[in-house]
Amino acid sequence: MANREIQCTVNGKKRTFLIDVRSSLSDMLRGNAGLDSIKHGCDVGECGACTVLIDGRPFNSCIYLAIWAEGKTIVTLEGLSDIKGAISDIQQAFIDEGAVQCGICTPGFIMASIPIIESERPSTREEIRRQIAGNLCRCTGYENIVTAIEKTQQRRIAEKQS
Amino acid sequence: MYNFNNLYEAKSVAEAVELKALHPEALILAGGSDILIKIREGKLAGCDLINIYGLDELRGICVEDDGAILIRPLTSFTDVSISSVIKAHIPVLGEAMSQIGGPQVRNIGTIGGNICNGVTSADSATTLKAYDATLEIASAHGTRVLPYTEFNLGPGKVDLREGEILTGIRIAKESYDRTYGFYTKYAMRKAMDIATLGCSVNVRLTQDKRRIERLRIAFGVAAPIPIRALSAEEAAVNQSVDEALLELVAQESIKDVNPRTSWRASKEFRLQLVKELARRSTKAAIERAGGTING
Repeated sequence: MANREIQCTVNGKKRTFLIDVRSSLSDMLRGNAGLDSIKHGCDVGECGACTVLIDGRPFNSCIYLAIWAEGKTIVTLEGLSDIKGAISDIQQAFIDEGAVQCGICTPGFIMASIPIIESERPSTREEIRRQIAGNLCRCTGYENIVTAIEKTQQRRIAEKQS
Repeated sequence: MYNFNNLYEAKSVAEAVELKALHPEALILAGGSDILIKIREGKLAGCDLINIYGLDELRGICVEDDGAILIRPLTSFTDVSISSVIKAHIPVLGEAMSQIGGPQVRNIGTIGGNICNGVTSADSATTLKAYDATLEIASAHGTRVLPYTEFNLGPGKVDLREGEILTGIRIAKESYDRTYGFYTKYAMRKAMDIATLGCSVNVRLTQDKRRIERLRIAFGVAAPIPIRALSAEEAAVNQSVDEALLELVAQESIKDVNPRTSWRASKEFRLQLVKELARRSTKAAIERAGGTING
């Protein structure tokens, strides 16, 4: 099977990968780029553990051909840290609210929540639930996850207004 | 790694139809939210694919000179539901598509893929049928136009002949003008689920909003393919807007459907849902149109 060179921006850096054309984006990001926040959960788009942002929108990287990433801008959980490696507000909120138990689903939940916390209009808990409906967590019961996202959004909106 | 065999890449629609004619067995790969999963499950392992996902000429929604709404098939479910054109003229279509899967699936899944799969549960199918959509189908020999109501040949089978691909979905102005619609999806869960039954209704009321000028109703999972309930549509014409109308639409719908028992639900339960969803969708569509039941 043919190999292919793929150029895309990953976490702010222009990268080139040599991949088998049968690779999924999760294969490329976890295997070739070594970004371990990408979890191979269900591998069929049901659980959301492999969620990344492609051009700002959440996608399941397990059901996305790596060759489709050509020219795209991709952000994974690793891309949320600042230059010194300090974690972001949403990651800290997951810790503070006890929204992490086994942790496998956490990167996917955080990436799925980015469009919500970047939105300037406050979301209801119901709206937050709808935005994370493509992510499964078998430990927490979701309440603390919703709270972490809700509080982060509220803090960001408050900071912008002050 | 996906277990597929050859991957042919189309750089244009012209190339896609050429490749399809050259490799009739190869499957058209759009967003892949069905095909890539079936490859993983082994059902399509070893298949050949023609990748059209990158064809931006097959993406987007516009209003044509004659007022028809043209939806290109690679438009994602998300983009259909947030489209200003769809929101202004056929909001029920966007609402139906925003009930598919979860946000990630709606970002990758395409409206063309949804209908070309030919499954009876496709959430966009009922509304497109109820709005008499027409399909633009291209091959190396040119383009043909087919009413969407004639597209589904059987479960998973659609009228795409050798070397053909879907290139457009059109809804005529006459079809959507002055109509108000509502889609009800009945499923076990609020997200990431397939419809147990789906019902899309759109109505055009008389000027005084007391009678039905035109009613269209379509069902998903009420037969092997998504269907229109023509008996109900005919019976509803000129009827006054009241509880009796809702009952009439519900009872007449039963004549047109043919649901089966599956692991999701029994035939009997689905027949009950046909009546109940027909009532609810019709009532909601009428209320959106400014009508009042028994008003």
